[in-house]
Amino acid sequence: MNLIKRYMFFLITIIAIGILFFISKDAGVSALNTTMYSFKEMILIIPPIFILLGLLDVWVPRETMIKYMGEEAGLKGIALAIFLGSAAAGPLYGAFPIAAVFMKKGAKFSNVLIFIGAWSTTKIPMFLFELSSLGAEFALTRLAMSLIGILFIAYIVNRLMDEKEIRLIYDNANNLSK
Amino acid sequence: MQNLILYSVTIILILLSFLKDKAKTKKAMMKAWKAFDNILPQFLGVITLVGIILSILNPKMISGIIGSSSGWLGVIMASVIGAITLIPGFIAFPTAAMLLNSGAGYMQIGAFISALMMVGVVTLPVEIKYFGKKTTLVRNILAFVFSFAVAFVIGKVAGEL
Repeated sequence: MNLIKRYMFFLITIIAIGILFFISKDAGVSALNTTMYSFKEMILIIPPIFILLGLLDVWVPRETMIKYMGEEAGLKGIALAIFLGSAAAGPLYGAFPIAAVFMKKGAKFSNVLIFIGAWSTTKIPMFLFELSSLGAEFALTRLAMSLIGILFIAYIVNRLMDEKEIRLIYDNANNLSK
Repeated sequence: MQNLILYSVTIILILLSFLKDKAKTKKAMMKAWKAFDNILPQFLGVITLVGIILSILNPKMISGIIGSSSGWLGVIMASVIGAITLIPGFIAFPTAAMLLNSGAGYMQIGAFISALMMVGVVTLPVEIKYFGKKTTLVRNILAFVFSFAVAFVIGKVAGEL
């Protein structure tokens, strides 16, 4: 029963693909193809991300995380958050579990948000790919804008959250990566 | 290439960890599995939902909406499409290049790529699970609005404005 509840969202999407097949066979096949493609991507990228997350959790002491990405880390923390996010691989949803471990280990909330932002849009392999597909002018302009945007968004989100709300998120992160 | 690096780094770290401390390595693997098991249902739902959305929104339809003469309305549409889809980069960039060739404007493509990468409507359930409703919504709304700023600057740089 619990299993069905956990997979409810997935079951609904499967049923939706079934309905799509009835409406248009082409659309159904295309949906299935894209889903299989993303599934393969997930199978390929996700295991190493989660293993790295496990190793990070076990090997990096809380003090180290606090020193480099905590409240007092300052510019160093911001730079490290951008670097770690940009060096990442994989879709954005892979960043959230890692962010949870960062929070559990005492990284500052705004640095976690910067990490998420960098992972979403300044990943180095993706930047190189953007450069070759869309040209230097486009890719460099977007990179510069993204860096501004990431910092700006992290700042505003952080400002809009009060201490209690942030503590709840940290408690939740603790529970999620026990 | 990217995967090769990711896998090599992971395997080297597992070996180092194992040589240093077997029990800790085992604990790390258990944690990895638990974290994965925890989020797997959401992942599966999200990628299936993406498949459905992309089967409805194909490149031809997109380029019809965001042509270079579509102006700010096109930019808004481009951001909306970018926000609700989740296309892996190595498909998104060639698609964007193709859209540019078939008449889409730089501003619209800038908004599309920016929203595509920074806003994740279909991944909202996953993000909320980790960050709660407020952070998730505020972050995504700001990122959505920010894609207009990207469009503006890229429009200036490309000489469309």
